[in-house]
Amino acid sequence: MIYLRLFYEFFKTGLFAIGGGMATIPFLSEMGERTGWFSQALLADMLAVSESTPGPVGINMATYVGYTVGGVAGGVIATLGEITPSIICILIVAALLKSFRQSRIVENVLYGIRPASTGLISAAGIGVLWICMQGTSGQVLNWKGVALFALIWVLTNPVKQTRSLHPIVFIAFAAAVGIVFRFAEM
Amino acid sequence: MQTKGYFELFLVFAKVGVMTFGGGYAMLPLLQREVVDTRGWATEEELADYYAIGQCTPGVIAVNTATFVGQKRGGASGGVVATLGVVFPSLVIITIIAALLQNFADIPAVMNAFAGIRVCVCVLILNTVVKLWKKTVVDVPTLLIFFAVLALSLLTDLSPVLFVLAAAAAGVAVQNLRGKR
Repeated sequence: MIYLRLFYEFFKTGLFAIGGGMATIPFLSEMGERTGWFSQALLADMLAVSESTPGPVGINMATYVGYTVGGVAGGVIATLGEITPSIICILIVAALLKSFRQSRIVENVLYGIRPASTGLISAAGIGVLWICMQGTSGQVLNWKGVALFALIWVLTNPVKQTRSLHPIVFIAFAAAVGIVFRFAEM
Repeated sequence: MQTKGYFELFLVFAKVGVMTFGGGYAMLPLLQREVVDTRGWATEEELADYYAIGQCTPGVIAVNTATFVGQKRGGASGGVVATLGVVFPSLVIITIIAALLQNFADIPAVMNAFAGIRVCVCVLILNTVVKLWKKTVVDVPTLLIFFAVLALSLLTDLSPVLFVLAAAAAGVAVQNLRGKR
């Protein structure tokens, strides 16, 4: 039963991904590899669409992956699966708000989980990078990709005038560069 | 709370959802305006608390904050209604886009565009990692946890769930050892 499986997979993602939408990427990446529902390249595409459309990234990703796997109902069920652990946890925490904020054990658990989450997101990023930078037809590296990577990094970091622009601007720019320089052909 | 109250809760959070672009972080100024300034459903301090807790409890930050404000306004059912409101625009918009893209995925221009976009996504992930690194890798034990998780997730097929559980245990162990010294 695909819907039950979708709900379970996204429930797990919602429960263990701590720290926002990006933290769900490593779980989705592993989900794609294990189930064969979607490729890593498609996951990167879905992330780009999720970043450039209204709504929180984590929820957009859940809807998109769910739709890809099981159509409209799949999108709804994946999203419900992802938000169920949140609702349960927050309702519990709201009841014990004060003791939760001052708990030593919660603080210590998070001290360990936060760097782990950073490590997981890094690994997922390296996975996508690997797909983008591989050259075809005898080339070791995809030089067009390397050049665009460097350019966007410069625009989003040292250049004061552009670095605080919304990600959608850079995504649109990369799409235009991709079309003009035929990135899919490498 | 009456039906009208739930309906308003749903609408306000649907509005916040549709106006949020990017991560939950983009949502704070909107919530501030809708929930604190316009409606007085929560104070600024309460919202800051919800936000901080939303970042360190499981799930997407935007959803966690919506559940919090909703439950304060209308109990457990208020929490559920606010959460459904915040995810509703995503469900509609993403379903439409996904359906369109599935039909256009074979067009060369679309393939070229997404090949370029993927490169951009790499940079966006890198920028997120650098930002998170500064906040989360704060000393030697957290540095070790970071590299252990990075290496193991690249080299093995173990589930990320295991890493999260192991890192939680490591965090508690390290802090307890420190406390005893």
